[in-house]
Amino acid sequence: MQRSGRLAATLLSFVIFALFVAVWHVATLPTGGAPVADSEYSKLVGSAAASGQKSAMPSPKDVALKLWEHVKDPFFVRGTNDQGIGIQIAYSIGRVLLGFSLAALVAIPLGFVIGMSPLLYRAFDPFIQVLKPISPLAWMPLALFTIKDSATSSIFVIFICSLWPMLINTAFGVSAVRREWLNVARTLEVSPLRKAFLVVLPAAAPTIMTGMRISVGIAWLVIVAAEMLVGGTGIGYFVWNEWNNLSISNILCAILLIGLVGMLLDQILARLACAVSYPE
Amino acid sequence: MSGFKNPYDPNIKLSSGCGCGGHSTQAEHDAAAESARFDSGSEALQSRVVESAVMRALFPQDELRRRFLRAVGAGTALSAISTFFPLGMAKEAFAQVGKLEKQSVKIGFIPITCATPIIMSLPMGFYSRQGLNVDVVKTAGWAVIRDKTLNKEYDAAHMLSPMPLAISLGAGSNPIPYVVPAIENINGQAITLSVKHKDKRDPKQWKGFKFAVPFDYSMHNYLLRYYLAEHGLDPDRDVQIRSVPPPEMVANLRADNIDGFLAPDPVNQRAVYDGVGFIHMLTKEMWEGHPCCAFAASKEFITNNPNTYRALLRAIVDATAFAAKPENRKQIAEAIAPANFLNQPVTVVEQVLTGSYADGLGNVLKVPNRIDFDPFPWNSFAVWIMTQMKRWGQIKGNIDYAKVAREVFLATDAAKMMKEAGLKPPATTSKKFSVMGKEFDPAKPDDYIASFAIKRA
Repeated sequence: MQRSGRLAATLLSFVIFALFVAVWHVATLPTGGAPVADSEYSKLVGSAAASGQKSAMPSPKDVALKLWEHVKDPFFVRGTNDQGIGIQIAYSIGRVLLGFSLAALVAIPLGFVIGMSPLLYRAFDPFIQVLKPISPLAWMPLALFTIKDSATSSIFVIFICSLWPMLINTAFGVSAVRREWLNVARTLEVSPLRKAFLVVLPAAAPTIMTGMRISVGIAWLVIVAAEMLVGGTGIGYFVWNEWNNLSISNILCAILLIGLVGMLLDQILARLACAVSYPE
Repeated sequence: MSGFKNPYDPNIKLSSGCGCGGHSTQAEHDAAAESARFDSGSEALQSRVVESAVMRALFPQDELRRRFLRAVGAGTALSAISTFFPLGMAKEAFAQVGKLEKQSVKIGFIPITCATPIIMSLPMGFYSRQGLNVDVVKTAGWAVIRDKTLNKEYDAAHMLSPMPLAISLGAGSNPIPYVVPAIENINGQAITLSVKHKDKRDPKQWKGFKFAVPFDYSMHNYLLRYYLAEHGLDPDRDVQIRSVPPPEMVANLRADNIDGFLAPDPVNQRAVYDGVGFIHMLTKEMWEGHPCCAFAASKEFITNNPNTYRALLRAIVDATAFAAKPENRKQIAEAIAPANFLNQPVTVVEQVLTGSYADGLGNVLKVPNRIDFDPFPWNSFAVWIMTQMKRWGQIKGNIDYAKVAREVFLATDAAKMMKEAGLKPPATTSKKFSVMGKEFDPAKPDDYIASFAIKRA
């Protein structure tokens, strides 16, 4: 029963996808206007403009062909400003992982301390509440001005946006460890360090992992925007560069790949979360 | 120019009969000097010059050299001579003027045709010919290019010509001494309107329009304001002017966010190519030969790296001289259109550079100097820009126009390089010109500002 249910779901997914592509295909069918200009003129403009129209959305076939072109040769380097999509994605993932790891190194220990002490929790709370809702991109001009390096600035932006979910979740997870477990530890006269690592950390781990999962999702959202702003390398730069060329097919390819990588990152952390959770 | 002739060819005469010693006759010398006016010394030509000099030194009598070559053959002669004379080293010594303080240089650019000399110098070898290893980096917008240059991530950059003035004056940023050693292009901008405004060709009908310009401190902003004000529209009250990075303009025009723009190419031509807009007018119709973008660097960079700076400037001036020749434009368009540089269809770039273009209204126009290249940073250009900054309230108080112009627009350096590249630099650094029929006298900037009816000053 369960198995056939899953099969039906997969089948339905395919039907939805096929429907989507079909609607897209029909919507982008050429309208077939007659060329309004002479041949010398129409040679100088795009095919849509030659028949008196604006250039159209690419069809699913155009995008599929473009995508195949990118997938076939993802790692070429034809100069500083023209590199394969695989290299661009690698740059972005590298930045996200670096910023995210730095944030984890700060947020988890800090969250632990804040979570253990109600006094610190209350003292830090106003700062966290004010800083948390700031769009990470708003930090960009400030970062460029003070850090004076665009690569470090984009890593800083990732750092700052991944910091808050991890910090808050860690603090919450640590402060929400069940009283009985802490009391048992106290009865057994466990040293504070052992208590932290053997009782609090495993108990808070699922909440911490949830925070990390939220963080990596946000970091991946932000890196695209940050790279569009600063340029140079990365999938965000790729999107910007193709926007500059008004190449919607390339942008759609990039959007698809951004989605896939984001899903992959999320799945990895979900697996990790499964590994550290425990049945009560 | 026998210095460029093959010295291993026995049928060629190397002895000279002209004033400079490089030509067989005076007539040939004059012809060569004329053709060298725009000629840039390529690497092959340079080594030819060195080889010829060596051959002349070895065989002072031309007849002797010819007999020697006929006897042994050119290939043997070349290898024989290079074994006992280090031709390679001599060639290097000729090419290197001073030791480069910095061999690897990073230059930022915005993907528009104004950057042509900066970009084309990489694929066409103008940088490597000066012994420079240059990386040209595409940048997302003018504010980012400014910040990355101020950060020293870039050693030099493609900027709008008013930007170094604004940075030096401290308008919109902290004052940092900046210089313009060369203008990149003249003309080459246009006013493009959305196709839905095909019938509104009179600027008086443009009340309430939303326009885009690349940056607040740009020739585009000043020219658009000037144009509107001459037609009686107040650019701050009757229309809205916002700054949008050039690559995003066509997308915005298509989305109806704006009604038109005064923009650098290939943006205008791209709007036509995509059937989104039409070219209302070229800015050269307002002011023939106006400057647009500049090759800029901080004063600190050029003082600390004088040889690198000279080599860079020489490369840019050589490239500009090459680009100034109409017959080279097609080749340049092919070199700078790929994804690594402008990322545009070749035909769009070609239409901009050659000046035979579709205007978006069904006509093919031929304006060969639609964009042109002249590196000379006239001080009077700087003075005009400052009068407009003051006219629109971007800078306040008294400024010493001539002094700032002299310090930022380095006309003397450019003149020297132009002479070396075979161009004829002008004898003065300041000239009168007229914008939309109104004469500008660089000696009386304040009177000029006072003469406008619409102004913020």
